[in-house]
Amino acid sequence: MTATKTKPGAGETGTKVMTMIEAITDAMRTEMRNDDRVVVFGEDVGKKGGVFGATMGLFDEFGEKRCFDTPLSECGIIGAAVGMAVYGMRPIAEIQFLDFIYPAFDQIVSEAAKMRYRSGGEYTCPMVIRSPYGGGIRGGHYHSQSSEAYFCHTPGLKVVIPSTPADAKGLLLASIRDEDPVMFLEPKRIYRHGKGEVPLGEHVVPLGKARIAREGEDVTILSYGAMVSVCEQAAATAAQAGRSVEVVDLRTLVPLDEATVLASVKKTGRVVVVYEAPKTCGYGAELSALIAEKCIEWLEGPVVRVAGFDTPFPYTLEHLYMPDEKRVLAGIEKTFTW
Amino acid sequence: MSLELLTILDKDGKAQKGKDPNLPAAELQKLYRLMVTTRALDDRGLALQRQGRIGFYLQSTGQEASHLGAAYALKDSDWLFPAYRQPGILLLRQVPIDKIICEWFGNSGDTSKGRQMPVHYSFRQANFVSISSPIGTQLTQAAGAGMAARIRGDDTVFMTFCGDGGTSSNDFHTGLNFAAVYKAPVVFICENNGWAISVPSNKQTCSESMAIKADAYGMPGIRVDGNDLLAVYRACKEAVDRARRGEGPTLIETVTYRMASHSSSDDAARYRDAKEYEAWKKKDPIARFQQYLKGKKLWNEAFEKECVEAAKAAIGAAVTAAEAMANPGPETLFDDVYMNLTPQLKEQRQELHDLMAKGGVGAEVGHFPL
Repeated sequence: MTATKTKPGAGETGTKVMTMIEAITDAMRTEMRNDDRVVVFGEDVGKKGGVFGATMGLFDEFGEKRCFDTPLSECGIIGAAVGMAVYGMRPIAEIQFLDFIYPAFDQIVSEAAKMRYRSGGEYTCPMVIRSPYGGGIRGGHYHSQSSEAYFCHTPGLKVVIPSTPADAKGLLLASIRDEDPVMFLEPKRIYRHGKGEVPLGEHVVPLGKARIAREGEDVTILSYGAMVSVCEQAAATAAQAGRSVEVVDLRTLVPLDEATVLASVKKTGRVVVVYEAPKTCGYGAELSALIAEKCIEWLEGPVVRVAGFDTPFPYTLEHLYMPDEKRVLAGIEKTFTW
Repeated sequence: MSLELLTILDKDGKAQKGKDPNLPAAELQKLYRLMVTTRALDDRGLALQRQGRIGFYLQSTGQEASHLGAAYALKDSDWLFPAYRQPGILLLRQVPIDKIICEWFGNSGDTSKGRQMPVHYSFRQANFVSISSPIGTQLTQAAGAGMAARIRGDDTVFMTFCGDGGTSSNDFHTGLNFAAVYKAPVVFICENNGWAISVPSNKQTCSESMAIKADAYGMPGIRVDGNDLLAVYRACKEAVDRARRGEGPTLIETVTYRMASHSSSDDAARYRDAKEYEAWKKKDPIARFQQYLKGKKLWNEAFEKECVEAAKAAIGAAVTAAEAMANPGPETLFDDVYMNLTPQLKEQRQELHDLMAKGGVGAEVGHFPL
């Protein structure tokens, strides 16, 4: 099927100050105007505009055919998206919270991720699974978890996590246009925290390219999602104590921008990996192993992980579970004083 | 409430009055030949596995009428989201036998590039979507594809298959529910062959039938004699037409029997009464259709011999050719994970290449332990 490219939004220029959630909506709106194969669906995404408001206005602009509510079944949302993608559409499926994605795990891992490979490239599955994830909103076990590692462990999937409004738009546009299934995980804690300039109309941030959020010389922090701003705060505080901290925002966990990561580590010789998922077998474990394999001779000390604890995500004691500025600072010091 | 079993052919192979779809003679003979060829593929596939020449095989013996009658109701432009026991559809859609058999060997001629176990076919040219092993997942995908066709205004119809075991899967519920809610043009075929590996269908459900489940989803449910090609065709044709008219999905239960073990890795004698097999053997779908053709003077011994020998010859030549073909090249291991190789995959490919170049790694071809 070939796309009908009408590009009514192509004329938009300039920037607008937006929250991350507004930037996500803007990305979908931009591509829905651009490509009639793009459809958006999930629970409550139609008239209501999504429980977080990510699809606000899409139902009104594009109608029920292209932005619609589904029965309450994650397996159904993703299974239907796989069928649509195989048939030639560009579905964007919203899973209301990443914590609810498990009924769809089979469709994601066994079907979407493997379709291209198992069919020898005959059938492909270009689709985006958008889902809010992560803690910091007092959501308890089932509205807070960071389960990105499950998906990073599945060949065939790409895993993308933005940390700023502009990146959220640019990475989402790149994800919708990607020829493979993308898990687009949205750090809901910063959906509305802080605004940023977001280019209107066309704005693509390529997948697989990390961003240096802050330059530094003494220690590298590798992070993504809502933890990036925590790391930036810690870096600013550490600077007052004379530590020059580089913060790398990975943006894409799969495929990882190894070149940027390794260049930073070789420059500083010290590494802290910050992520809010449980520590064991989290994405930080992969980063630690990668650094050990590829640049151990540049290291001045151990790779330190600052992560969630190996407990289910708590409700009342959430503030103790989530890595915060103090824990990141302690991690930084550990790379100097081990 | 129980559903009547739709049958057209009686035990002597005569069509009940007023129910015969009256297909043209050439079509009837073509369908017979397809059934015979499908069975011959099964016989050869199992034999190759027993000889250790292919790793695995899974027969559809006894279910030829069920899946051929169903798919015959479609146009070539309609899509299939199959399970793993409908190989005759490939023949119906004119996939060359050579390509089917290359898939068994997983060789460089296999469209799937040796990525899957035997019988997990993918043939885009036939609108036959890649088969996976997890049970039921294709049902929801077919619903989604049907939803997409409705959004686009296409008149494509989607046919998808599962077994009696598949009715217990999450996706059976989800797929039927989604298809019904969106009035997707999907025909769901549940081939109730009595057994999900070693578990009989009465352990899958307390429903009186599989077809009756359709009622809960707000779609028609039809129960049909799955060993009666004409009955299956007739039921499916109505369902396909209905779907194409935009009236939504249908669930069709074809009541049939898995005459073989579940797969080459299974031995049905361990859990199944031989008497059950003997009773069903009398209802062999090929024999019944043969009787019907005979009554119409469209079958004789010479035709039979020609069908069987042509099938064997084509299969034999394809096996010889496929067995002589090389495996997919080592570098193909890394292709098609994504459209483009990631830096990580490029590095891993290089690592394997270098180790192989040194010698030792990859010298031994894998055995077939199953």
